[in-house]
Amino acid sequence: MNNKFKYSLVFAAVTLASGCSSLGVEPWERDLLATEQMALTSSPIDSALDDHIYFSKEASSGGKSFGGGGCGCN
Amino acid sequence: MQLINESKSKKTVNKKNLKAALTLATTALLGSVQVSATPTSVAAEEDTWSFDSAFLYYSEADRVSAAEAVFNAKKTYSDDSILNLKLTVDALTGASANGAVAQPDVQTFTRPSGKGDYEIKAGETPLDDTFHDTRVQLNAQWTQALAPNVTGSVGGHLSKEYDYLSLGINGNIAYDFNKKNSTISFGLSHFQDTFTPEGGLPKPFASMPLAYHDSDDESGHDATRMGSDDDKTTSDIMVGFTQVINRRMVTQFNYSYSVVDGYLTDPFKVLSLLNNQGLAQDYLYENRPDKRTKQSVFAQTKYHFDETILDVSYRYMWDDWEIKSHTVDTRFYIPLGNGSYLEPHLRFYQQGAAQFYQPFLMEDDATPEFASADYRIGEMTAYTVGLKYGMKLADGNDLSFRLEYYRQDPKSAGHKAPGALADMEIYQSIDAIIAQVSYSF
Repeated sequence: MNNKFKYSLVFAAVTLASGCSSLGVEPWERDLLATEQMALTSSPIDSALDDHIYFSKEASSGGKSFGGGGCGCN
Repeated sequence: MQLINESKSKKTVNKKNLKAALTLATTALLGSVQVSATPTSVAAEEDTWSFDSAFLYYSEADRVSAAEAVFNAKKTYSDDSILNLKLTVDALTGASANGAVAQPDVQTFTRPSGKGDYEIKAGETPLDDTFHDTRVQLNAQWTQALAPNVTGSVGGHLSKEYDYLSLGINGNIAYDFNKKNSTISFGLSHFQDTFTPEGGLPKPFASMPLAYHDSDDESGHDATRMGSDDDKTTSDIMVGFTQVINRRMVTQFNYSYSVVDGYLTDPFKVLSLLNNQGLAQDYLYENRPDKRTKQSVFAQTKYHFDETILDVSYRYMWDDWEIKSHTVDTRFYIPLGNGSYLEPHLRFYQQGAAQFYQPFLMEDDATPEFASADYRIGEMTAYTVGLKYGMKLADGNDLSFRLEYYRQDPKSAGHKAPGALADMEIYQSIDAIIAQVSYSF
């Protein structure tokens, strides 16, 4: 990854973090966010099964959760 | 949860809403455990168990098939601590590419055990059909509040196959702030794996011996071996940040750093050694570096339209094997009424080749320090198209079906195919079907 991209990432992260205090909702505005389907991992079992498939078939793993070891995966 | 205490207009919060609310402050680090932030303010509630089960069938055309069953039990205590126990059992059977390239003539390969051989027809990608494996995996995760706005989680992992043992531990901590609209999290995980492959570990670039049908004469096979087992450790660090943007939108960012150390070679994979006409003269066992450092950034956004929900994520991964990959994953939740829904899924994946990837070796060239012809570390694009249908049963339990199509298209990373390979398919595409049934109660 080149430096320009790295700096852009850092810049984006800082901008996001500093803007965060003005983001968000009041507790009584969480009706939609509180639904099961709005959870970031709404189907943990599907995610785990997919992670296992792609871990054994591709050169990348993790990112969303730990990449892990755990299988011989031929 | 603050949500429940403070939203006075909603006094009839049922268990479902509570569960959903609990998942809200979840960070990726806490992964599949779906943990909440502050349990302290919840009114005393009974301990509850919930169960998820799933059966998945994965099948590649002419290659590997796998059947996988999962049973997950989750106990939520009255103080909102969560115990999650998961059992996974899978069985794998079928054929896997052995790394050699197709040839204009029939090819004969020794089985990994050193006993017996298999023949591959002219023009076909060599597949080793020896693979049969059964795996049992156990996961346990405990999650609880450590202080107001601080959630901790620890877990263990055990996975056993015929030739493979993996033990793992993980720990995570998450801190909520800004009225729980922001969460930062930090996690560590460590895996210790032991690999005892059938037939032992081949020496790097040893010639695949001729098959020894007579079990009394295994000296040829033994001479190519350097041991019976080896280890691998995987250590991960992950930092995450979750932010509620507004009433409809939540986002997440993760950075991961992972070091894999130990035996990373695939003992079943070879490379064809070709003469300048492109004809195989020998098959040499592959050799990979014994360390790999991977990093990734991951971003996800979920947006709730009036009815539907869009889920988009992107991951960029890079490592010191010079593999770089992009993954875009999209789901779109469409409620159909009465608790049933449709969810189309699209995933796109693209990776560059490892620096030492090569589809074959040339006789005239010096043997490199590392080489592998495993297409999984070569240049590749892949996509998945799927659809999930879920419904709420009369007793309130959930049933869902998922059907997906997965295609991998390995590509040339610029290696020139000599003479006889001109008409051969070196980068063969793989088609697979993923079918799953899930039931939660």
